[in-house]
Amino acid sequence: MPSSDGPLLEAFDLHRTYGAVRVLCGVGVRLAAGETLAVVGPNGAGKTTLLRVLAGLTRPARGEVRVLGRPLHRGNHDARRSIGFLPHQSLLYDDLTVEENVVFAARLFGLPDPRRAARRILQELDLASRSRDRPRQLSRGLLQRAALARALVHAPSVLLLDEPFTGLDADGADRLGTVLRDRLAAGAAAVLVTHQLAEAWDLATCVGVLVAGRWALEGPREGALADFTPRWAAALHG
Amino acid sequence: MTEPAGAGLGQARALTRRGLGISVVALVAFAGACVLALGFTPVEARQGLAQKIFYLHVPAAWSALMAFSLVGIASALYLWLHDPRLDLFAEASAEVGVMFSAVMLTTGPIWAKPIWGTWWTWDARLTLTLFLFFIFVGYLALRAAVHDPDERARFSAVLGIMGLVLVPFIHLTVYLFRTLHPQPVVLKPSAPSLPWEMLRTLMVAVAAFTLLYVGLVTARYGLGLARRLRESPDAP
Amino acid sequence: MAEALRLALVIAAKDVRAELRNRTAILSASVFAALVLVIFYFSRDPTAVPAIVLAPSVLWVTFAFAAIVALNRAFTVEREHGAIDGLLLAPVPRGALFLGKYLANLAFVGVVQAVTLPLFVVFFNVDLGPALPGIIGTAVLATVGFVAVGTVFSAMAVRTRFAELMLPVLLLPFMVWPMRWAVEITARLLDGRPLSEMLGWLRLLALYDVVFLTLCIMVFGAVVDE
Repeated sequence: MPSSDGPLLEAFDLHRTYGAVRVLCGVGVRLAAGETLAVVGPNGAGKTTLLRVLAGLTRPARGEVRVLGRPLHRGNHDARRSIGFLPHQSLLYDDLTVEENVVFAARLFGLPDPRRAARRILQELDLASRSRDRPRQLSRGLLQRAALARALVHAPSVLLLDEPFTGLDADGADRLGTVLRDRLAAGAAAVLVTHQLAEAWDLATCVGVLVAGRWALEGPREGALADFTPRWAAALHG
Repeated sequence: MTEPAGAGLGQARALTRRGLGISVVALVAFAGACVLALGFTPVEARQGLAQKIFYLHVPAAWSALMAFSLVGIASALYLWLHDPRLDLFAEASAEVGVMFSAVMLTTGPIWAKPIWGTWWTWDARLTLTLFLFFIFVGYLALRAAVHDPDERARFSAVLGIMGLVLVPFIHLTVYLFRTLHPQPVVLKPSAPSLPWEMLRTLMVAVAAFTLLYVGLVTARYGLGLARRLRESPDAP
Repeated sequence: MAEALRLALVIAAKDVRAELRNRTAILSASVFAALVLVIFYFSRDPTAVPAIVLAPSVLWVTFAFAAIVALNRAFTVEREHGAIDGLLLAPVPRGALFLGKYLANLAFVGVVQAVTLPLFVVFFNVDLGPALPGIIGTAVLATVGFVAVGTVFSAMAVRTRFAELMLPVLLLPFMVWPMRWAVEITARLLDGRPLSEMLGWLRLLALYDVVFLTLCIMVFGAVVDE
């Protein structure tokens, strides 16, 4: 269980350049237990890069990321245990079954009983019946669920999701919402990059509009989406 | 980092000009070494005039090895310090080095065939230079194949270090072969048994080539710096 | 340290399991090796030199080319669905990640060599005789070294556009040397020469292994971490 004092996820002054393009120009994040940041913005704004930096996959040229107070990009890799990342790709191996994929992830995170942890998460996500299938044999929605199982098997307290609602039907979106809510209630924090703010609106406790590597708008989620939309449009064009 | 790009470009161009200037001086010095070699140095007894190529080959091979070693050292420093200037320097040194090794590898056979009757020998100098050439080419090919500058710098640095660590193994292999099959004296890489005039001429040639290396790398570094400034996000 | 080793074995085991399911890479590499042997056989002049004299060179060139074909597998599988990110997200020290991939590569190259050697004996009709254990030992010693370098280079090459071309260009200058020493040792083994004549080459192989394995473990993080 994460400690209730101090933020779960903290990032300061993140900068990242790819060749001639400044992708992140001084972005910060601060999340406590139970909070969810919904990130929106135009294509190329740096949303995926931000998520990758927070996940510890991409090193920022400047700035720092801390998870439960521990630095993510420096020192040993311990802080990674608290991160669960769901990118666009599934990160699954075609030649292993769904269960083997999740067990492998559990082993990488050093879980004491990898098989049990895998079965538990597959059960929770209602994938137990398909656990012996290969990723190739799954529909898009099921594949995403399998990817989610991999991302959550080690019970991370910080969840980073890149457009998780894309391509899901209403049923799938509901299920994802439930899974996330359960974890947030248990004290996790989440960063959700999304194009469909409507789906993430109820989950979010804060909203950020990322434009050209900077927060054009950032603050607590208040009121209805309808009220937010004009501010969002203004931020995109401001 | 925060100086305006315009001033940076000016500096880069100044570096290029200075580098070219040094290179011209070096070429003049090498011309002087050639004069020394042909006019004021005794002819070697066994090989005759053909041996004079020695005063081009040894400096060229030495410069290629120096360029290579500096690429390796800059690579190690880059992985430690992450300073992009080290990557820029390594790139410049590699391009100059590949050129020196290519010169040595092409003039060698062209000269050797009519004089010695054989295109190639697997002696220490030629073998080492050949492999430096291969690794240089691989290094430049890798750089051309990677688009992200940060990834390119990291990959090049790893290759640079690996290459540098390989060189002693090449030396040791040649040494091991030589203890089994002794080579003729004139093909030994460094020969303290050389008479004084030959050593003097050789030293002049080596100094000229070293200066040429410095000049060309400075010029190339300037070019690379200019290009990077033009492509950077700060470019006007 | 023990944890790093455990993680390396977990990764290696995953690779081996996946390859046993699919078998594409290992079968292709083995068939390739067999074909290289056949090409060598048909391109030699049977009247000029007896097969046993060519044996060390043919064997080692075949081993080298087959290894290059097999080495590309390790990181190509990690590109599908971005799986390498799954490895990098976990608290796995990058040296352990290297070790895992390296051990899997050793296993595959070892299998391909185990297929190549008997085929060589059969096609070329040579009697390796008492030299066999020595040849196997030399193969192990040489392979341990160049597979380490190959693992690092294939991790880089896979991110370039012409990966299959880039890997040989980068790797061969490094592979030639252990190969050369192995040929010297193999030739002497087949000649029945005493061990003392091979010690220099054996030492070089051992030194290469230690130096490059250590170096590769140290630099691998720079290759995979952005």
